[in-house]
Amino acid sequence: MEEALLKKKIEVKNASKIFGKSSKRAAQLLKDGKTKKEILKETGATVGVNNATFEVFEGEIFVIMGLSGSGKSTLVRLLNRLIDPTSGQILLDGEDIVKMNKEQLRNVRRKKIGMVFQNFALFPHKTILENTEYGLEIQGVAKEERKNHAIESLRLVGLAGYESQYPGQLSGGMQQRVGLARALANNPDILLMDEAFSALDPLIRKDMQDELLQLHEDMGKTIIFITHDLDEALRIGDRIALMKDGEIVQIGSPEEILMNPSNDYVERFVEDVDLSKVLTANHIMKHADTVQIDRGPRVALRLMESLRISSIYVVDKGGRLMGALTAQDAVAAAEKNLKIEDVLIKDVITTTGESVLTDLFDIVSTATIPVAVVDDKNRLKGIIIRGAMIGALAGDNQFINENGEISSDVKVEAEVKAHE
Amino acid sequence: MNELLPRLPFADWIDTGVDWLVDVFGPLFDGIATGLEATVETFVDIMDFPPSILLAVIFALLAWWFSTKKIALFTLIGFLFIDYLGYWYPMLQMLALVLTSVAIAIIIGVPIGIWMSQQLMARRIITPILDLMQTMPAFVYLIPAIFFFNIGVVPGLVASIIFAMPPTIRLTMLGIEQVPKDLIEATEAFGSTTWQRLLKVQIPLAKPNIMAGVNQSIMLSLSMVVIASMVGAPGLGTKVYQAVTQLKTGVGVETGVAIVLVAIILDRITQHAGRSKQGGKES
Repeated sequence: MEEALLKKKIEVKNASKIFGKSSKRAAQLLKDGKTKKEILKETGATVGVNNATFEVFEGEIFVIMGLSGSGKSTLVRLLNRLIDPTSGQILLDGEDIVKMNKEQLRNVRRKKIGMVFQNFALFPHKTILENTEYGLEIQGVAKEERKNHAIESLRLVGLAGYESQYPGQLSGGMQQRVGLARALANNPDILLMDEAFSALDPLIRKDMQDELLQLHEDMGKTIIFITHDLDEALRIGDRIALMKDGEIVQIGSPEEILMNPSNDYVERFVEDVDLSKVLTANHIMKHADTVQIDRGPRVALRLMESLRISSIYVVDKGGRLMGALTAQDAVAAAEKNLKIEDVLIKDVITTTGESVLTDLFDIVSTATIPVAVVDDKNRLKGIIIRGAMIGALAGDNQFINENGEISSDVKVEAEVKAHE
Repeated sequence: MNELLPRLPFADWIDTGVDWLVDVFGPLFDGIATGLEATVETFVDIMDFPPSILLAVIFALLAWWFSTKKIALFTLIGFLFIDYLGYWYPMLQMLALVLTSVAIAIIIGVPIGIWMSQQLMARRIITPILDLMQTMPAFVYLIPAIFFFNIGVVPGLVASIIFAMPPTIRLTMLGIEQVPKDLIEATEAFGSTTWQRLLKVQIPLAKPNIMAGVNQSIMLSLSMVVIASMVGAPGLGTKVYQAVTQLKTGVGVETGVAIVLVAIILDRITQHAGRSKQGGKES
């Protein structure tokens, strides 16, 4: 929905890379639809990237994911032409970098694209400050100015005070922060991150992911992130491209990839994913039947009877959640001629649509009535029912809402079941 | 074999070629010879200017600067011992020869090594030439060197340069090649020019290897001093040569020990210089 408004930062059109001597013949075979293996057998050439077409929008985190040998590292190197594509176009802000001469390409690398490497690739003979300054140094930026920029970007990654140390004296996580600072010092529009966190141990990796997301939020750079780790991809990616044998097999948001794998390969890839960390309340909430607060208890009671539920949420005219009403209380109120307001349970448990299921297990399992999902203005968006939650975790698509839209077909039934 | 095939007159061709070179480029060779001789003599004159003890102290301080206190002490004692044996001046002559040949080997060798690391074609052509330079018996190029440069210090110097240069070239190339690929990628990704990549990353990182090459060149050059003395290069080598021809074992051992002392001093100093200051850690 938003994407139409966003500017295309990078467009890759039919880019292919074939390694080896007989790359022309291999390219022809590739056009004829031969597979990577057949081409290797016939010509000895290796297909690195096969006809990749995708675009990256300004300010998004675009993750390219695949197992080793899937061509993801080659693909990312096509974007700054560390590897020249055999064919295809790579447009950066509408300019084809494949057609650029050395000078133009150097300028693009200096100003527009920063890169972070898997094994950090820091210069061991330079201090942290000198490492961070490198990109500016080779542009001929004055010493004082580049020092200021470097110190600022070291501060951004939390490494202020380490300027005069050498890379060998820092831990892996800190070294990669330097790698990130070095890429940020040039203030590029685009960051290429090639398995940037893969060499770090899991806890530090998670910290770094969080910090990257924070930096992304603050600075709004376009990030292309390469990883072989699906959890990492799902965690940080706005959109994910899945690669296999040099081809992009699917591009989509994390939810799309998980919920609608486009083929067996993707499906097998995602089947082990912990859904509870991916699905949110928005995915599993059901339509909430409500009664407005100014109605009488008898109206509420009849509504509950017809829906065969034992409690109902009460809202005001603006749809804001006021509280909950149980059938028992409604009966009592009707007998004593009280208003709904008088017997309302105001202390109800709520959650937001963005909460992931892991965080909901506890409250859903202890709640006596379905947990309410509200937005930031306390408007009731839906409710979470245990049965639907378990169904969704089992991977059953009928319990999962697409794009946050609540499907209505199974709602009453599910609700009833949950309450019986 | 000899009956079946006519023998090709290789030797004659080479003689003719050398004669031609001497005829055509004679003045050029004379110029080079004068220049080299002057260089060596200047070296000797400079080192002979201060009293021997002062020079020994200066060397010791240099050793301290480049390496450790221990090596500095060894340098001082070593030089004083040579002075005590009475070989001070020949030692200076030898040192001048060695330092000149190594300096020239570095000036020519390091750029060639860098060039070879950048261009596959250059490497393919130069590698067999280096093999030839190292395996050809040193005496063989002493002969044409005499034709080109006459008897004296210069043909010995040239032979030393030819023999000593290959390790510097090879190790420079190796050192630059061994810079990890991802560092090269990083320099490229930030938009370095080829020269920036070489000067800011590759050569600094290749420095330990280059220094190892220089160290090897010094050792090979020292090993040439006796041979160089046979065409008239003065120095400790001449003393050894004389001891051999006169069968004087004692003098032979004395001068031999003096050469070894100089060799050890130069070796230790250059080894340490190569190792110093690599990212704050020993590498």
